[in-house]
Amino acid sequence: MSYTFQWRPVLRSLPEMLWGASVTLEIAIMAMSVGTALAILLALAKRSNLKILSRLAGIWIEVARNTPALFQIYWIYFGLGSLGIGIEPYSALVFGITFNNAGYLAETFRGGFSAVPEAQIRAARSLGMGAVPTLWHIVLPQMLRVTFPALTNQMVWSILMTSLGAVVGLTSDLTGVTQQLNVVTYRTFEYFFVSACLYYVMSKICTIFARLLAWRLFRY
Amino acid sequence: MFFDSSLSWNDILFLLDGAIVTIAITLASVALGTILGVLFGLVRAGALWWISWPLGGALDIFRSVPLLIQLVLFNSFNSMFRLHWSPYVIACICLGIYTAAFCTELVRSGVLAVPPATRRAARSLGMSWWQEVVSITLPMATRIVFPSWIGLSLGVMKDTSLVLWIGIIELLRSSQIITSRVQEPLLILTITGLIYFLMSFPIARLGAHLERRWQIQ
Repeated sequence: MSYTFQWRPVLRSLPEMLWGASVTLEIAIMAMSVGTALAILLALAKRSNLKILSRLAGIWIEVARNTPALFQIYWIYFGLGSLGIGIEPYSALVFGITFNNAGYLAETFRGGFSAVPEAQIRAARSLGMGAVPTLWHIVLPQMLRVTFPALTNQMVWSILMTSLGAVVGLTSDLTGVTQQLNVVTYRTFEYFFVSACLYYVMSKICTIFARLLAWRLFRY
Repeated sequence: MFFDSSLSWNDILFLLDGAIVTIAITLASVALGTILGVLFGLVRAGALWWISWPLGGALDIFRSVPLLIQLVLFNSFNSMFRLHWSPYVIACICLGIYTAAFCTELVRSGVLAVPPATRRAARSLGMSWWQEVVSITLPMATRIVFPSWIGLSLGVMKDTSLVLWIGIIELLRSSQIITSRVQEPLLILTITGLIYFLMSFPIARLGAHLERRWQIQ
């Protein structure tokens, strides 16, 4: 192998890359929280008796699950751009991952909702609780407990998905920063290796944090 | 042709060519990933902890690093080791290992779901380890994990869109090439999405159907 590794420039630009990692986390957390809220609405809409509502939710879920995430980001970035809605790579990425997260999580939540016994809902309603309080106090806590592992996976998943921003020209997230540095220095392997390590650390921290959170929230 | 646009049949054929590249890369990497995944999965399920854990940890790395970064790293080996491999080979190997990382855990869970008593019974009937694995464990495990395996394969199909980064003209990249000529991104991207959807949705439905049917028994 006639290749000389040069790690020093990479170490020198580590602060920049860490800053990029914080942007990555920011995007992932945003997309995940909005995506979870949307997914709950989608799962409810899918179960609703209003045909049009459940049809629309079904289309969202199936498109999100049956096309590539990169395609969804492209569609938002280039497609909406051509309609005259100018959109930055950053927001295109956030919207794209949110759309994707919502679709995948809605399918998970649909299973989670059926895990909550129907009798509990009837009991809550007969005690005089309204539909929304029943959902909020009875159904959602149990549903989220059942689907918590899937939520954790999806969070890791959205951290990894943020790397797609570089393809539509985002330069502020970890992959974007790495790509910028790579274009300037041509130390492709070194820069992307360090960025791979940072992604690994981020997803491990996320998993460990989720495990601690689950232990804190769900123990009896 | 479509809505007075300058989109022609040739463009559609070009998109379909891209779709064929997508399918070819998917098949190659799923094949590689499944073979490796079955091997690694058997090791993960059966071997001693000091073999099984390091293997699990190593494969976990591929699940915790974005595929895009993995592709770039694999691609940089090309110049580092003077390999002169084509991007297609790199894409298939990279996606194949990525698939193997997921497939290993699937196979492991499938093998562990086969009751140990069944396996011991097969062995006590005089089957060798290999005979037992081939004719008892793998058939039963296949039944358990096949729906998830379909999901995994479809996931890989969608992930092949990332190989445009290393210069392969697959479905998504070919849609961009046409867009730069026809200047109607929304129409072309929608057609592209439809092609992806038609490739993925029927198989996803089949997987869900099998999952339901095989669950009852």
